[in-house]
Amino acid sequence: MNTIDVREAVGRAHREEWARLVAALTRRFGDLDIAEEAAADAFAVAVRRWPDDGVPPNPGAWLTTTATRKAIDRIRRESKRDRKHRQARMTYDDRPGTPEPIGDERLRLIFTCCHPALAMESRVALTLRLVGGLTMAEIARAFLVQESTMGQRITRAKAKIKAARIPYRVPSAHDLPARVSGVLAVLYLVFNEGYLATGPGTDPVRHDLTAEAIRLTRLIHALVPGDGEAAGLLALMLMTEARRTARLSGSGALVPLGEQDRGTWDAELIAEGHQLVRRRLASGEPPGPYQILAAINAVHTSARDVRDTDWPQVVALYDQLAALDPSPVVALNRAIAVAELDGAEVGLALVDRLGDRLAGYHAYHATRADLLRRLERDDEAHQAYGRAIELAGNTAETAHLTRLRDRLPVAHNAPSATVIPEQA
Amino acid sequence: MQYLISVIHDTSDLATAEEDAAIDVFNDRLVADGHWVFAGGLAGPATATVLDNRGGKAMLTDGPFLESKEFLAGFWIIEAPDLDTALDLAAEGSKACNRRVEVRAFL
Repeated sequence: MNTIDVREAVGRAHREEWARLVAALTRRFGDLDIAEEAAADAFAVAVRRWPDDGVPPNPGAWLTTTATRKAIDRIRRESKRDRKHRQARMTYDDRPGTPEPIGDERLRLIFTCCHPALAMESRVALTLRLVGGLTMAEIARAFLVQESTMGQRITRAKAKIKAARIPYRVPSAHDLPARVSGVLAVLYLVFNEGYLATGPGTDPVRHDLTAEAIRLTRLIHALVPGDGEAAGLLALMLMTEARRTARLSGSGALVPLGEQDRGTWDAELIAEGHQLVRRRLASGEPPGPYQILAAINAVHTSARDVRDTDWPQVVALYDQLAALDPSPVVALNRAIAVAELDGAEVGLALVDRLGDRLAGYHAYHATRADLLRRLERDDEAHQAYGRAIELAGNTAETAHLTRLRDRLPVAHNAPSATVIPEQA
Repeated sequence: MQYLISVIHDTSDLATAEEDAAIDVFNDRLVADGHWVFAGGLAGPATATVLDNRGGKAMLTDGPFLESKEFLAGFWIIEAPDLDTALDLAAEGSKACNRRVEVRAFL
């Protein structure tokens, strides 16, 4: 077997088996640290041995056996040093007959990593490490912190899980919807960070993060297929991911939805997203925010040309979303759709009402700038672009906004904040 | 597993009659369900005395060890199998006493 095949086999086993392995080890040994280290040990052995011994017929079983042996070795070594270690086992409900809403090992792991008693940043880091199998260095790079900082964050979170006895189990049916929603929030955050990465030194789109978020959301959706919001979030991610390549110009500037080459959208991802949305509509259950956002994306991705967009439908969906989520960001997006339907002036009046609450948000200023430009109020548009550029953290967005501002026709005296976009 | 549920408050007002009644109902439930270990309300922080006998000669200081806007007004010690159970009980406790609470596990 050649090296490339073995490397691929290890990679595939890592994608498919990592979470299951960590979950099974945690359940058996009652300790996240031991589970994580033993799983990593097993993959290190696979990388060494598979090129000579060949890829085992059942890589998952081979990894489980190897990791279990490694875990036992570790416990023997550590229990000699530290007898207390053995006492600190995690609690999980293993009584026979305990009704468990869903039976997958990996779910316990995800729910533990996304426990609401942990800080959001810890939940994201733990989920990417223990469920996603990303290395500490990869997670640190994704969130622009030092690897040691990320290591400490994960260590602290694991220490809290142990000391406070955050249980290793799927929440009761009664708590499940709220806890699933907590998991989805973590995955949405991972996706968004990948989709609109922040920071001057980062790639504008972090495909590794969006791909990981989609993979984990697929997993959640498969495990709780009846949960409408899990389906909605997956659909939303798929339809967003479908536009990934169309979203960046050759020079690395952001291309807004209306100007994208729709022929380059990924038709397969869009079809899958549409199917999920249709199935949710057919269920007749009232949709949550992710499902409504997915429906809005379905409307956009159904239009072959931006001029064919069903704006009344988009506005109606935003009305529905605003009723569930009265946040100013939703109101801003609704105003953008209203501007398409009823004209820039009407849209601008709605946007201006949000100034108090969104003054520090770049998209507020970018939206105002765009509407002011359409109304030919160029000086004001110029200022608004300037403010948006100052506040935007994504390199592609900064490049796009700078291009728009510099295309404004009139000379002006407003002070300009010069931003040189990084070339991709 | 035991947990300390600390009641956090920022004025020296005592519990109202309704709050007291709700706390009694909650305490009865803790006892009935086997979660009860101990609970109590505390006199205000201004009545505290700090004592230091590390040097073998007790030094007394009037007032709390930490001047802060928020302070410990009372607490429960409960028995619970894990944090989820403790948090469920703490949620009821917070509602009953109408104050914020902090949950911490004993070692």
